[in-house]
Amino acid sequence: MLIKEYLKDNIIYLDGGMGTLLQKQELMPGELPERWNITHPEKITAIHKSYYDAGSNVVSTNTFGANLLKFSHDELEKIISASVANARRAAEESIGKQEKWVALDIGPSGRMLAPYGDFDFEDAVALFAETVKIGVKYGVDLILIETMNDSYETKAALLAARENSTLPVFVSNAYSDDGKLMTGASPAAMVALLEGMGADAIGVNCSLGPKALSGVVREYLECASVPVLLKPNAGLPRVIDGNTVYDVLPDEFAEEVASLISEGVRVVGGCCGTTPEYISALTEKTSGIKPADITEKDFTIVSSYTHAVTFGEIPTLIGERINPTGKKRFKEALRAADMNYILNEGLTQQEKGAQILDVNVGLPEINEKKMLTDAVCALQAIIDLPLQIDTSDTDAMEAALRRYNGKAMINSVNGKAESMESVFPLAKKYGGVVVALTLDENGIPTTAEGRVEIARRILDEAEKYGIKKKDIIFDPLAMTVSADKNAARETLRAVRMIKEELGCHTSLGVSNVSFGLPGRDMINGTFFALAMENGLSAAIMNPYSAEMMKAYRTYCALSGLDDNCAGYIDFASSVQTVTAAAPEKTGTSAEEFGSELQKAIIKGLLDRAAQITAEMIESHEPLSVVQNEIIPALDTVGVGFENKTVYLPQLLMSAEAAKAAFEQIKAKMQSGSAADKCHFVIATVKGDIHDIGKNIVKLILENYGFRVTDLGRDVSPETVAETVVRLHAPIVGLSALMTTTVPAMEETIGLLRESAPWCKIIVGGAVLTQEYADQIGADMYARDAMAAVRYAEQINREIFS
Amino acid sequence: MMIYTKTYVAPEINKREIMRYAGVKTPTEEIVALMSEAVEEASSTLTYKVCYGEFPVTISEGMVDFGFARVRSSDLSKNLAGCEKVILFAATVGVGMDRLIARYGVRSPSRALMLQAFGAERIEALCDSFTEDIASSLYAGYTLMPRFSPGYGDLPLEFQSEIFRVLDCPKKIGLSLNESLLMSPTKSVTAIIGIKSE
Repeated sequence: MLIKEYLKDNIIYLDGGMGTLLQKQELMPGELPERWNITHPEKITAIHKSYYDAGSNVVSTNTFGANLLKFSHDELEKIISASVANARRAAEESIGKQEKWVALDIGPSGRMLAPYGDFDFEDAVALFAETVKIGVKYGVDLILIETMNDSYETKAALLAARENSTLPVFVSNAYSDDGKLMTGASPAAMVALLEGMGADAIGVNCSLGPKALSGVVREYLECASVPVLLKPNAGLPRVIDGNTVYDVLPDEFAEEVASLISEGVRVVGGCCGTTPEYISALTEKTSGIKPADITEKDFTIVSSYTHAVTFGEIPTLIGERINPTGKKRFKEALRAADMNYILNEGLTQQEKGAQILDVNVGLPEINEKKMLTDAVCALQAIIDLPLQIDTSDTDAMEAALRRYNGKAMINSVNGKAESMESVFPLAKKYGGVVVALTLDENGIPTTAEGRVEIARRILDEAEKYGIKKKDIIFDPLAMTVSADKNAARETLRAVRMIKEELGCHTSLGVSNVSFGLPGRDMINGTFFALAMENGLSAAIMNPYSAEMMKAYRTYCALSGLDDNCAGYIDFASSVQTVTAAAPEKTGTSAEEFGSELQKAIIKGLLDRAAQITAEMIESHEPLSVVQNEIIPALDTVGVGFENKTVYLPQLLMSAEAAKAAFEQIKAKMQSGSAADKCHFVIATVKGDIHDIGKNIVKLILENYGFRVTDLGRDVSPETVAETVVRLHAPIVGLSALMTTTVPAMEETIGLLRESAPWCKIIVGGAVLTQEYADQIGADMYARDAMAAVRYAEQINREIFS
Repeated sequence: MMIYTKTYVAPEINKREIMRYAGVKTPTEEIVALMSEAVEEASSTLTYKVCYGEFPVTISEGMVDFGFARVRSSDLSKNLAGCEKVILFAATVGVGMDRLIARYGVRSPSRALMLQAFGAERIEALCDSFTEDIASSLYAGYTLMPRFSPGYGDLPLEFQSEIFRVLDCPKKIGLSLNESLLMSPTKSVTAIIGIKSE
């Protein structure tokens, strides 16, 4: 019988611990247990057999760490083939009468994925793919991905399993005692990710005993529409009289697991500390329990690497600012591949209350596939909001979905056959909630009825791909009311009809409604409020817009969606502070402004520096503010730092305040950049992931007017050299924090000397010294940021003299 | 050889130490505010995890033998002189701090610097908590030698790989080693503590 069939009406029993038993058999510390498949096949087979004898339906091969990081390809194939043979033989020899299967066991790689480690996502996929392919070749019945404590690595393993086999895949994660994965994912986020990608059973193993895991298990049971798996430890290990024992004994273990089976768990076994005795106790205790039905949960959920966002009564705010349409500075940032600009847009939207970020980086002249993937990776490195991948280029969409660490929103599909044919397979493979626009080959119907009709067709087509209704959100398209007075009314009717007649969620790009009208914000705010009253589930909107946030907060307060009006009160008091604070500054004379601005910068008061600058440039030439105020203030702090009267945090706070002042000036001058000095390329070298020092130097250089190109951290020598050549940059700064990465710095210098002989090289970082710098052939050793600035200014003077 | 894991409650915060790591001798009002904000924001993202195991040790002529691996180091030999066993441990405050530091690397380098200092203070405090814990429970009545980590003195950084292999750090506490022998999460420590019966 196929395991998926059997699972429909039965509880499946997995095996118990392997490592614990091997240690008893004198596996030495540090010895690789996978080798025992070959060196001690009789012992491995005996362990498997004892589990089958105890009633396990599924025994996992002894391949937890069987991958190419630990073994050569030849040895890996031998290990996996032997492991499958051992398990098969155990099944044949077992006295158990139950159905029996063999699972290919896959544990974590032991490496942390980038950006917080150095293991590339695609390398992880390739690593797991090799293990999967060999397992499939030797005839396993299913794949068990287990003990994963990072969501991203779990995704890599599941993707590898899906792409290289048609076998059922069970996925189990190891949760910490705070109820989250080590890298932060909540159970709901994992359910969204794994179900989205089509795992056949999902759940929890290792870490703790059954009782301690029950909270996490219940969260799975609440969210999951697929069978839930539980494979706990026998409690925690304790030393008693010099022996290590686990504190949950077989009967207690069986009882605790049994109670979770009666709550709905369908696949059970044991992990560390459990033995065949535990599985016997478990099968005996629970054989009479009728398995709970697996119910389809009707939640529309997206997730990030930390949490899930569920669409519901309270509308979800999707920030629209990461989009170049009509934004000159954004376009410039895209052309310059200035990721920090995009990241700042993301961070600000989160601060303003966005719950999901739309990501659109399409420009005709850039490589959208690369830019979108880079943007998604950069955003998800530092922002924990779910992302909405917004592109019409399906290649770019696939690349971004692949790298996305969670279940994304996909923007968008529409009723055209071609659109559905290209987008639905991606949604099926990578998971996601798809935004479906109610338009088709004939355009956008003017009536709500016409749009609902298209929505119905989209649902029918999605079903053919196995995409559920709950994973589609309709956008019935806000049309401009200045062109058709009924436009807004029809859209609002469509929102209501889609909710009531189709039972689906809706989203709108709200601001389209006001196109061509003056005071657009006012129309947008009211339209947003009306749409929410008609049942809108989400809005793609500008979280910086006071009118929109006003509409949102007041609507929630008035509709019983804001307990004690707490959200509204918070919002209202923040609005009032801004209004109340403003008049204080008026009436100050220009001279006082000047000294005030310098004071604000020297003290590192960012908001104040920005505010004073904004007011000053109303009446002063922006460049004079730079020359007479900002630069002198920066110099005061810089000299103080050199004289050791100012500490590094102060230097940075001042630099940030100056940067905020510069932002005001740039906005006024309408030109992209106030930088007037030469190019400066900066990077942390390959293999090194420390970038604080580099960021400090960058910030100060920018303030001094250098055109800084920041290549980030872990940058290959080739990338540094290419960039320096492309920009013909006269200076490059390299940072390394570890002795182990200084060779990479030397290599980068070597390559630069060949390909960019004109370029001066500054090096810095914790382990560097003047002597070291000379040895690896740098032009300058900068012991701190100011030293780098002084040297760069000297080079700049030479160039322009 | 059994490897144990343990999660600690947040050790008490030592603000003076944070300032020391930030390179500040006499903090201004603004720097104090910067620190308070960093501490407040980061505290909830931190976890305090340790995995450890006890191993026998023999030393002869600068060669230190732990059973599962041998390493030549005269400094470590001196540190462990007279010990028959050691505790090997790995500790981490988790990846949340790395994320925050990266976030403020974009947003505010001064805040990133302060978070970095706070992270350094936290991981040291965690190591202290762990040491005090075993000194008063498992090894009450023994003398514990000062912590010794790969990269100290002449103990090669490469020994890090051996510690990771035997402690199974990725699985136990989510700590991994990259190709340049850097640890991820970065606010982490591995160390050897000699145990002397006296």
